[in-house]
Amino acid sequence: MRRPALSPEAAAVLRAHRVSRRSALGVAGLAALAGCGIPGSRQTEASCVSVDTSAADRSLVFANWPQYIDVDDDGRPTLAEFERRTGIRVTYTEDINDNDQFFGKVQNQLADCRPTGRDIVVVTDWLVGRLVELGWVQRLDPAALPNVTGNLLPSLRRRAVDPQGDRAVPWQGGLAGLAYNGRVTGEVRTVDELLTRPDLKGRVTLLSELRDTMGLLLQARGHDPGDFTELEFDDALGTLRRAVESGQIRRFTGNDYAPELQRGDIAACIGWSGDIIQLAAENPEIRFVAPESGVILYSDDMVVPNRAAHRANAERLMNYYYDPTVAAQVAAYVNYICPVEGAQAAMDKIDPELARNPLIFPTPGLLARAAEFMPLTQPENRLYNDLFQVAIGA
Amino acid sequence: MTGSRSRPAYLLLLPAGLWLILFFVVPAVQLFGTSLYDPAGSLTEGYRMTWAFGNYPAALAAYWPQLLRSLGYAAAATVACLVLGLPLAYAIAVKAGRWRNVLLIAVVAPFFTSFLVRTLAWQTILSDSGLLVGLLRDVHLLGPDGRLLATPFAVVAGLTYNFLPFMVLPLYASLERLDGRLLEASADLYAGPAATFRRVTLPLAAPGIVAGTLLTFIPAAGDYINARLLGTPGTAMIGNVVDSAFLIRLDYPQAAALSFVLMAAVLLLVVAYLRRAGAAALDRVA
Repeated sequence: MRRPALSPEAAAVLRAHRVSRRSALGVAGLAALAGCGIPGSRQTEASCVSVDTSAADRSLVFANWPQYIDVDDDGRPTLAEFERRTGIRVTYTEDINDNDQFFGKVQNQLADCRPTGRDIVVVTDWLVGRLVELGWVQRLDPAALPNVTGNLLPSLRRRAVDPQGDRAVPWQGGLAGLAYNGRVTGEVRTVDELLTRPDLKGRVTLLSELRDTMGLLLQARGHDPGDFTELEFDDALGTLRRAVESGQIRRFTGNDYAPELQRGDIAACIGWSGDIIQLAAENPEIRFVAPESGVILYSDDMVVPNRAAHRANAERLMNYYYDPTVAAQVAAYVNYICPVEGAQAAMDKIDPELARNPLIFPTPGLLARAAEFMPLTQPENRLYNDLFQVAIGA
Repeated sequence: MTGSRSRPAYLLLLPAGLWLILFFVVPAVQLFGTSLYDPAGSLTEGYRMTWAFGNYPAALAAYWPQLLRSLGYAAAATVACLVLGLPLAYAIAVKAGRWRNVLLIAVVAPFFTSFLVRTLAWQTILSDSGLLVGLLRDVHLLGPDGRLLATPFAVVAGLTYNFLPFMVLPLYASLERLDGRLLEASADLYAGPAATFRRVTLPLAAPGIVAGTLLTFIPAAGDYINARLLGTPGTAMIGNVVDSAFLIRLDYPQAAALSFVLMAAVLLLVVAYLRRAGAAALDRVA
């Protein structure tokens, strides 16, 4: 059969589609749409003014990561207590699953100085650095945050991502280090073993997060993740490339390494301390290792985005969570590093065993080995991520 | 033809047309524009439109292996879907009788859970300590340290599983209309079952095969979830690169250029395929 001729109706539609003046205009419009470029998106306090309606509107939208606050059968105890004490109604959402994706979600609003509908968002310190650099978060009033000023863990003060120290308040901290499943392999003590030990071949995962994986690799090569040169980065990247090419590395992961480590498909990995505590609670053979060469300390911070209308309410919440008793309640549930001094004593009354856990209340010895990854400018971010992403296959 | 008679046709096209313009044409044009921005731009400084056509060869030079791999994996998954889907669709359409609806629902049922969860389930199925790998090791199809997860096989298997219904449903739709009398006639004319299948059933299923192939191949070529969850650094597909360029490296011009390269590559393959297979299929129906 020949292909059927066009029906008269379809032929009429097609005929009407010869280039007319109207469609020429359309093409010109599309060209304009394509051709305008994107302006720079940095904001300042003068270019993007936020108005605080906290006094009249006693509400607050708090966007956090899933399973990152204390819960019981009735809801979220510490949050309910905050509402009772202050009369501020909190809308708590768990809509942040990934820093890069969350940034993609809100970047258009923040670039145009439009509200995101969130008063507090919790993002990882390196993203805080980017938001501060872009001028996309509001300055906080230290006078409204006496608990934070008094109780913030010293190693989380004066951080490079927040040079003025007045934009971000840590929610929880964590360590990136090594972990292994003792059921399927012997102890793994160093990054070098992880990258080269023959019995681990094809059973190692690393994190797809540049700062965690490359931070540990830089430390293993004797470089400081807080202050390194391009040459030093290349040196550490060389060890990564060799491990990938030899087939040692099975995969680069986000949080999804946890079930594979649990099953034993992965014998050893780079992972986050809070995940490992939770895995170890079910399976004691899973252990976290802080290698001698060092670990990476990071924090997830609360920030108030531009145009959020409840900054003062947000500050009250931040201050509330720096009460050591409240902080201990959260830490007992989430098992990450508690950024609040004094919470350890309060935790002793809730759960003495957790109070002695160095991954929740790190010892001075562990903190001495912990380094922060240096904040990257936009061009540095591009350069290092290009190199890293190519090395990990994407 | 007068204007008044063609007006209903326009009105009928209006909803879909508006939809396409708003959600495909406008974003596609913007994306094309983005692909020509100054590659030295950044979020802070902004991106100037410099008609940088050099972004295309640069992106291709850096990422042609991932592009070829994507097309290869998608082709392999499409063939696997066809091999699995044809007997299945035939059985449902011709042999299932009153079980037909139940089986059709079973084919579609996986869609009731999220794509991500379905793919994660394959991590369990293909796990090194799972039943399947244990069995394959016992019969020495896999070495003692052999594995399925984090191999190209796992990625293609995941793609095949995730897109199988897109193959089965069009195949079913064309086989379901199969006239049993044609098969009888074929048998009367001394064709064995094999010859009947090859000379009668297959040509009648051709439109379904063409549609199923396209519906499977096109999304599979752009997929990045299977490669991320079931693959290894050596199995990254072009979708993984676009994802990393857009979200992590923030290299919008390169990300947009790669998206367009993928679109163009798939379009070229589809046109070539339709010219050969599509015309042949229609010819055979007659």
